[in-house]
Amino acid sequence: MPKITYITSTGVEHVVDADSGVSAMQAAVSHRVPGIDGDCGGVAACGTCHVWVDQNWLDRIGPARPGIESEMLALTDGASPFSRLACQIELADLHEGLVLRMPTDQH
Amino acid sequence: MNAAVKPPQHHVERARTMPLADIDVSDVTLYQQEALAPYFERLRREAPVHWCRDSLYGGYWSITRFHDIVAIDTNHKQFSSDHTNGSFVLDDTTLNAVDGGISLPNFLGMDPPVHDLHRMAVSPIVAPANLLRFESLIRSRTKELFDSLPTGSTFNWVEQVSIPLTTMMLATLLDFPFEDRARLTRWSDIVTTRPGYGLVDSWEQRTAELMECLAYFQNLWDQRQKLPPKADLISMLAHSPAMQGLTPTDFIGMLVLLIVGGNDTTRSSMSGSAMAAHLYPAEFAKAKADPALLASVVPEVIRWQTPISHMRRTAIEDVEFRGQAIRKGDKVVMWYLSGNRDEEVIERPHDFIADRPNARRHLSFGFGIHRCLGNRLAELQIRVLWEEMLRRYATIEVVGEPLRVPSNLIHGYLDIQTRLHA
Repeated sequence: MPKITYITSTGVEHVVDADSGVSAMQAAVSHRVPGIDGDCGGVAACGTCHVWVDQNWLDRIGPARPGIESEMLALTDGASPFSRLACQIELADLHEGLVLRMPTDQH
Repeated sequence: MNAAVKPPQHHVERARTMPLADIDVSDVTLYQQEALAPYFERLRREAPVHWCRDSLYGGYWSITRFHDIVAIDTNHKQFSSDHTNGSFVLDDTTLNAVDGGISLPNFLGMDPPVHDLHRMAVSPIVAPANLLRFESLIRSRTKELFDSLPTGSTFNWVEQVSIPLTTMMLATLLDFPFEDRARLTRWSDIVTTRPGYGLVDSWEQRTAELMECLAYFQNLWDQRQKLPPKADLISMLAHSPAMQGLTPTDFIGMLVLLIVGGNDTTRSSMSGSAMAAHLYPAEFAKAKADPALLASVVPEVIRWQTPISHMRRTAIEDVEFRGQAIRKGDKVVMWYLSGNRDEEVIERPHDFIADRPNARRHLSFGFGIHRCLGNRLAELQIRVLWEEMLRRYATIEVVGEPLRVPSNLIHGYLDIQTRLHA
């Protein structure tokens, strides 16, 4: 049950006790965290679960994967080398304390 | 009492009994009668990757299940949109210089990397900051329009609601001369038609009107290029470094994409909104009682209507897909209209359900790198429309049979005779 912190564009923090084995997108949606949509259901095909990850966490979970995740992020407003699609981050106990920042709007 | 649209009984019979190989879901007459449901149901069940040997557009594959459509849509490396390989619509004449059509290349019909450059040149227009800027304008226009609608007598919802609202929005996005905006609607309609469907009498007429469109916009481009950059699509294109080498053909191609993408689509979802309110009065009442339901009503009406029936790809190599041998060069059609009715993924898919859980999970915007660029703007327009519908009316009644667009691409209406009840 890792604790994940989602921070909105206005600085509001949402702390979620996530189940291991679900994605960071699913954890946000099932806990009604505003700012993560996940329209495609978790296959990196819509780009509506864009999050930014701090450098120290990025070193641990890795950057966006080549293929559809990177291709979708290449078209996403405000995406940077710190960007991930939350649906592609599968949560486990080692993610305890993970902080994800969200954009103003997913689109 | 809720009542789904019932396809004509003889089509239900025909779809059940005809040889599978003879099913042609591209037949425009089926769309005019809203008769597709039983054909798609059979394809999803018996032949989810189906080859139609012969149609007006030649042979083509139909992909009809939700998950298969997502798989094709996200596999642009094998299933290309690029205009040099084919087209992203079934009918090659719509965008390519074949059989009377003219070449209208645009980024929806491109693979990366050029696709990404062109898409990013225009995508800031629908960025969150711009949407905030548009919201109050959309609201005041929508209120004003509803103030002018008759109550008690019937009127054509498409002509008096769907077309004016979407055309005004498009004129704003382009900063198009407001008094000429009806021309945008006309150009939008002409792109996706061919002679014989009531809009143009010949290919020459279609070409001539599209050339008028090009000349009109060429003039706007020239004016905007001399002025400082501002936040409209034409100015953004005129000042974009990536767009400086644009030929007239590329320019008209880009324009028709922006015009059709920003017009016919939301128009159909607005028309579908009246149909949904009429056919599902209990759902309308539910939403009226709890406006928080708009969060699901908006995506639900976009799913239920599915304003674009299909998108097409072209296989650029031999691919085995779900046991079928798709050959290099084959047309592969993703029927969003069918995927959005896939009972394996969507419960009671034929019904409009105001509080549907997971309503956002639908195919109407497509998935992958070609996903609808304006989807948030579309949702904003539909949300404001529904706010006004719910605030003002107890019921919205459709009188008689609506008239549907004769198209296997644009899934919309020409005439919905409507009566409003306060």
